[in-house]
Amino acid sequence: MKVIIAKPGLDGHDRGAKVIARALRDGGHEVIYTGLRKTPAEIVRATLDEDAAALGISTLSGAHDVLIPSICEGLVDEDLGEIVVFAGGIIPASDRSNLHDMGVRAIFGPGTNTSEILDFLSEISSRKESGEPVGVGESSQWRWE
Amino acid sequence: MAMGVRGEEILRSALEGSRRDLSRLLSLIESGQEINVHTQDSWTLGVTGPPGSGKSSLIGNFVNYWSSRGDKVAVLAVDPSSPNSGGALLGDRMRMPSADSGDSVFVRSLATRNHPGGLSAYISTMIDCLAACGWDRIVIETVGSGQSDYRIAAFADRILLVDGPDRGDIVQAEKAGIIELADIIAVNKSDMEGSEKAAEAIRSALSMDENPPPVHLVCSHDGSGIDAMMDDIENCTPGARSRLRARERLISAWDFRLLNNPEINGVIDLLETGSITLEEAVKRLIQSEG
Repeated sequence: MKVIIAKPGLDGHDRGAKVIARALRDGGHEVIYTGLRKTPAEIVRATLDEDAAALGISTLSGAHDVLIPSICEGLVDEDLGEIVVFAGGIIPASDRSNLHDMGVRAIFGPGTNTSEILDFLSEISSRKESGEPVGVGESSQWRWE
Repeated sequence: MAMGVRGEEILRSALEGSRRDLSRLLSLIESGQEINVHTQDSWTLGVTGPPGSGKSSLIGNFVNYWSSRGDKVAVLAVDPSSPNSGGALLGDRMRMPSADSGDSVFVRSLATRNHPGGLSAYISTMIDCLAACGWDRIVIETVGSGQSDYRIAAFADRILLVDGPDRGDIVQAEKAGIIELADIIAVNKSDMEGSEKAAEAIRSALSMDENPPPVHLVCSHDGSGIDAMMDDIENCTPGARSRLRARERLISAWDFRLLNNPEINGVIDLLETGSITLEEAVKRLIQSEG
C-alpha cells in the first residue's frame, strides 16, 4: 500500500514518524515521508500527487485539534474522500472522539507496537477490497480500537 | 494489460486537466496497464549521480527556477525498493520544499520495485502522459547510481550528472561510464571543502574529449551557481546517443516483460531448491512467452 507519513505544523519532533515510516517499509509498504513543518494544504497536495491510499499524521505539538480536521476537510474538498487517515503522537483521550468524527480511523498513542499499525493497514486493505467505507470522507462508524 | 473503459475515462479527464486523474493515471501505468496516448514532444531532463550527492535538493532549485518563470514542472523521483520486504521509503519529496507549492508543480515518488537499472519501462509512458497533460518540463530523478548505471539514457533527452565534493582522486573521473554520457555535470555542495578540487579534477579528466560537458560548481543550499547552470541546461542540445537509447529502451522493455512473466516466481522457486539449472530456467521462461 502507498502510505504518506506527514508532520503538520510547528512541531520539530519526528523520531516517531521516522520509526513508523521504517516499520511500514519493512512491512512491505511504499512510504513517503513529507518532512517537517508542512501545512495542511501541502499535506493534501502531497497525498493527491502521490495517489496514496493512506495518510498517517504525526503530531506532538498539541495542535492536533486544529491541524488534523483541517487536513481531513482538505482531502474531502480535493475529492480524496477514499483516503484512509490515521493519526499518532500526543493526542489526549478527550480529543479523540472529535477526530474520529472527522473521519480519522485510528489514533495510535505512545507505546503502540509498530506491528499494530501494520495490522491496522492490512485490516483497512481488506475492508477496502470488500467495498466497506473506510475513507476519511466516507460515512462509517468503524474505527480501530 | 489493455486499457479498459476506466483507463480511458481517467485518461480523458487527466487530459482535460484533472490533477486527481493524472495522479490516478500514473498509478495505472505503474501497475502495468497500457495507456495509449499520442506520443508528444516532451522536454526531459534526467538527473543522476551517487546517493547523497544532492540530486533531490538540486531539483528543488530547478522547480523554483522554472515555476517562477511560468513553466509547469513535473518530477518523477525514483527511490529503491527493499529487496527483502518489497517496501520502500521514498524520501526525495522531503528534499524539495517547493514540491507542494502550487498548481504548476507536480512531484511523484516512485519505487524501483526492483526493476533492473532502477528505472522501469513504464517511465516512458508516464513521460508521454505528463507531456500530453501540458507539463512543460519533466525531470526524472534516478536512484543513487554508480558508474555504470545509464538506463536513464533510455528516457531522458538531457542528462545532468550530480556529484559531491568527496570523490577520491582524479582516476575516478577518468573512468568510463555515466560520466561520458553527461550533458552537464554539477559538483554540488560548493560550500564544502574539496568541492573546487573535485570540479577541477573532473574538468581536467574530460579536457581530452572533443566536446567536454560544462562542469558547474553549485550549492543547492544557498543557490550559488544555479543560474549559470540553468542557462547551460536551457541551451543544451540533447546528446547524440540514439543507438544507446534504443538499446537501453529494448533492455528495459525486456526486463519489464521478464519481471511480469507469470511463471517467474515458480521458476525462481525451482532454481532456489536446485531442481533446475539456470539454462533450463531461461528456456522455461522463453517458452512460456510463447
